[in-house]
Amino acid sequence: MIGKFGLEKNLSEEKKALLLKQLERPPLVLNKRNYGWLTEAICSIVEKPAKLEWWIAFLLSFLLSLLLPLTIVYFISTGLGVWGLNSPVFWGLAILNFVFWIEIGHAGTLISAILLLTRQKWRNSVNRAAEAMTIFSVLCAAVFPLFHIGRQWMFWYLVPVPESYAVWQNFRAALLWDEFAVGTYFTVSCLFWYFGLIPDIAVLRDRAEKGWKKRLYHILCWGWSGSATEWHHYELGYLCLGGIATILVVSVASVVSTDFATTVLPGWHETIFPPDFITGAIFSGFAMIATLLIPLRTLYPQLKDVITPKHIDNMARIMLATGSMVGYSYIIELFVAWYSANVYEKYLFLNRIFGPYAIAYFLMFGFNVFLPQLFWWRKIRSSPWAVFCISILINVGMWSERFVIVVTALSRDFLPGSWRMYYPTWVDIGLFVGTVGFFFMLFLLFTRFFPVISISEVKTLVYEMERKEYDLKKGTLYGA
Amino acid sequence: MEPERTEDIYGLGAEFDSIHKLMAAAMELSKLGYTQWEVYSPFPIHGIAHVRRLGKSKVSLFSLVGGLIGLTIALVMVTAISAPRPSFFKEVLSSHLQGLFYPLVVQGKPYLGFQAFVPVLIEMTILFASFSTVIGVLFFNRMPSPYKSVWNWERLSQKAMDDRFFLVVENADPHFSEDKTKLILKQLGAQAVVSIRR
Repeated sequence: MIGKFGLEKNLSEEKKALLLKQLERPPLVLNKRNYGWLTEAICSIVEKPAKLEWWIAFLLSFLLSLLLPLTIVYFISTGLGVWGLNSPVFWGLAILNFVFWIEIGHAGTLISAILLLTRQKWRNSVNRAAEAMTIFSVLCAAVFPLFHIGRQWMFWYLVPVPESYAVWQNFRAALLWDEFAVGTYFTVSCLFWYFGLIPDIAVLRDRAEKGWKKRLYHILCWGWSGSATEWHHYELGYLCLGGIATILVVSVASVVSTDFATTVLPGWHETIFPPDFITGAIFSGFAMIATLLIPLRTLYPQLKDVITPKHIDNMARIMLATGSMVGYSYIIELFVAWYSANVYEKYLFLNRIFGPYAIAYFLMFGFNVFLPQLFWWRKIRSSPWAVFCISILINVGMWSERFVIVVTALSRDFLPGSWRMYYPTWVDIGLFVGTVGFFFMLFLLFTRFFPVISISEVKTLVYEMERKEYDLKKGTLYGA
Repeated sequence: MEPERTEDIYGLGAEFDSIHKLMAAAMELSKLGYTQWEVYSPFPIHGIAHVRRLGKSKVSLFSLVGGLIGLTIALVMVTAISAPRPSFFKEVLSSHLQGLFYPLVVQGKPYLGFQAFVPVLIEMTILFASFSTVIGVLFFNRMPSPYKSVWNWERLSQKAMDDRFFLVVENADPHFSEDKTKLILKQLGAQAVVSIRR
């Protein structure tokens, strides 16, 4: 039908209406907003004084984040014995939280890089917040291995610096993989985020009234002017960075999962880990971005035209798909445990289901596999607050999954004589709660300093809608 | 302030309120043989690069070369650190590179266990490729550029990244003539045409 219409130059009104209906997709920017409105709506979040709700949220997250310096000073001065770690659980809450945060970060890169490569236009209004989420969650993740090493002041031994006594790293060690993977991930995420920010900082510069602000933004955007040449090179650069970041996110998730998979411990020694970690990362990250964006668009109602119900619907769909994939890998794990006929492997899974930590297993299964199934219903997908509540529970579920992987597997290994229960202490929990506060605090600060939505990329969406309308008015097919 | 002498003029700026008008004007200018002109817009306009005859951007070359440099550095790093000192170096450079070559036997793994090196090699490649991509964009765009003459036009400096579209024909263009070009731009549907001082 569409092809047939495309050949005709002058369309009758009837055919035009039919064509319009056929081509119709939910618009990604509502209420036919124009460019000027978008600039004003997004920049005003940065430029106007903060709202009272913002201050309340900031104060709360700031108070929570104070737990971070408090616990860190306490356990550095007393020693890591105040963590609940003991033989055989040497990887407790710390590594669990590391994996939890780093996997949340992955979805940020995924939204901005992989959805860019696959030309998913709805990413344009959520990618900036997602990239910021990546950086902040990687920062939170980095806290844990950094302090888990025990002698924090010798951390720099991980970095290959030519120093006078020539002691070098062992590049075959998983610790070095982590250091390079997470280090690169953090650096490149910052670069990708900043690179995407350059044109938007130029917007802020053009609007700035105070001289020092204008100068600062001018330096930060490297003197961006928005010329066709600049956009030409910038667009290809952004695409290349997207491609590079895609490889990066897959490699980092694989490296983190391989830390587990290269050991001989039942429950860890599994080839399914790298793909499982990637789907889990996408799943938990989308849950976190929904947790961040839904309150954000409530706080700043003008954003509701940019972060539309369609966006929330798409995120819910991805959570449904990845949640089901995660469920599939849980079932495959169970199957392999039975099919392998390995007594240790079998026992481990029985222990996960019926053992002392069974609650974590059921939270994991319930929140990660069964709960997202609610997203089959359009009614639930179209209710932002239902999506918000489910996304928070999904994050609880994903945290439980890390608990099941790390703690349940370690606490009962080959020799029953060495079994011991692991209970996190208040220091462990305080450190984790501190990072949660730190994460939200950084995100709130970010909304006040840089445009939380990519202005130039959303404008391209508006332009496309305009062009579509223009073409229809002229009677030619869109894009022809 | 309007410049008085022709030498003081950087070029003529035209403001448009829609992309369709801008595109039409750009195509017309290009047909008339103008080469030294530039378009300023708040977001990338697809197709304008073709009209501007910009050709394919070579930023991707930077990504590739940067990645290869990163891979090479990483290969040299892991090899020179993990392998025993080659006998060649012992004879020629007995006193040099003393700090390098630190062969460790860990878990009976070979000195050069390349499977275990893969994560480090990949990450170093990615790190260098992404930085060189950004450097490539900055290089081709001649950034940082703290001063550009077009910003002497107040309107452009305020609206070019907001909701207006600008076309600037430079004085350097062989076809440039203040009156004639101004007339052409006005005929092409520009809302305002202004001489921009250098």
